[in-house]
Amino acid sequence: MPVLDFLQRLLGRQKPSGTLAKERLQLVLAHDRSDLNPELLERMRREILEVVQKYVEIDLDEGDVSLETEDRVTALVANLPIKRARPGGVEAAAG
Amino acid sequence: MASASARIILICSGKGGVGKTTLTANLGIALAQLGERTVVLDADFGLRNLDLLLGLENRIIYTAQELLAGSCRLEQALVKHKQEPNLALMPAGNPRMLEWLTPDDMKTVANLVAERADYVLIDCPAGVEQGFKNAAAACHEAIVITTPEMSAVRDADRVIGLLNSQGIKPVQLVLNRVRPKMVANQEMLSVEDVTEILALPLLGLVVEDEQVIVSTNRGEPLTLNGNGSPAARAYRNVARRLRGEEVPLHDPSRERRGLRARLLNKLGLAGN
Repeated sequence: MPVLDFLQRLLGRQKPSGTLAKERLQLVLAHDRSDLNPELLERMRREILEVVQKYVEIDLDEGDVSLETEDRVTALVANLPIKRARPGGVEAAAG
Repeated sequence: MASASARIILICSGKGGVGKTTLTANLGIALAQLGERTVVLDADFGLRNLDLLLGLENRIIYTAQELLAGSCRLEQALVKHKQEPNLALMPAGNPRMLEWLTPDDMKTVANLVAERADYVLIDCPAGVEQGFKNAAAACHEAIVITTPEMSAVRDADRVIGLLNSQGIKPVQLVLNRVRPKMVANQEMLSVEDVTEILALPLLGLVVEDEQVIVSTNRGEPLTLNGNGSPAARAYRNVARRLRGEEVPLHDPSRERRGLRARLLNKLGLAGN
């Protein structure tokens, strides 16, 4: 390992490349295994948010829909912080 | 009919150049040395090399092509190894056969050689196209070999998915060309990283070893002459585990932790 890289890591500025490789692999394999491309995932994410927003007010900046994979099982994980329920439910949102 | 006891094992990787053929040759020799009648079957018709690694390239008269056509007998097509009589090679046919070869043809060849064997190891071509499909159709179980590199692991994952969908099991993993020092410095995927990502049982762990190149140059697999190099030991251990023997796996990257790695660890910068 070059000295500069070593110092960067010591200072916590740079992740070791092995760790980076694992993270990148896990992400790309989640997509490979589900056969979903990023564009399709983004479309799905928007539609999911739309549906959820009918019922509750969510924080769009914090909302996250992603693929995770463990033991060769891929899961769609949505993390959508709720601000509050919509008063009157679907009817109010639709109207 | 195939003998009931023959195990037909596919050796595959997806990516090329990660060590399929080297593993096939060394494992073939190691199993033969343990008294198992072993046939290595070269299913890489496009780019065959198994003959070269075994030093048998000048002794091929007939191939899988003549065997399928019925123009030679099984004993004529099988090339017996000079020093290890328990091992024989079934050479790949002409690359032009790829135009018409079907999964059933590969099955026929594998079942024919299985009559004379306890183990049939199929050296699979790289890729996931027809050559892979032909070879996969002929096997009962599989060994996926990969290196701790991103592209190799990704391709291995694809192959594992295909093997799973065809109901082939068990599928076991051999991790090849590990560089313990780089793993200790966290500059390479670790053994745990790869087994966790691919979710396969680990059958063997082979460290990067220059002796592999030397042995290929000579056409004498490392396992042939009682070679004590790390890779030779690892291949022999794969053979023993395959036969059901309990052989502990030891991960050399855990022992060789350098000062830098230990320092990073102490400072809590090492991650998992």
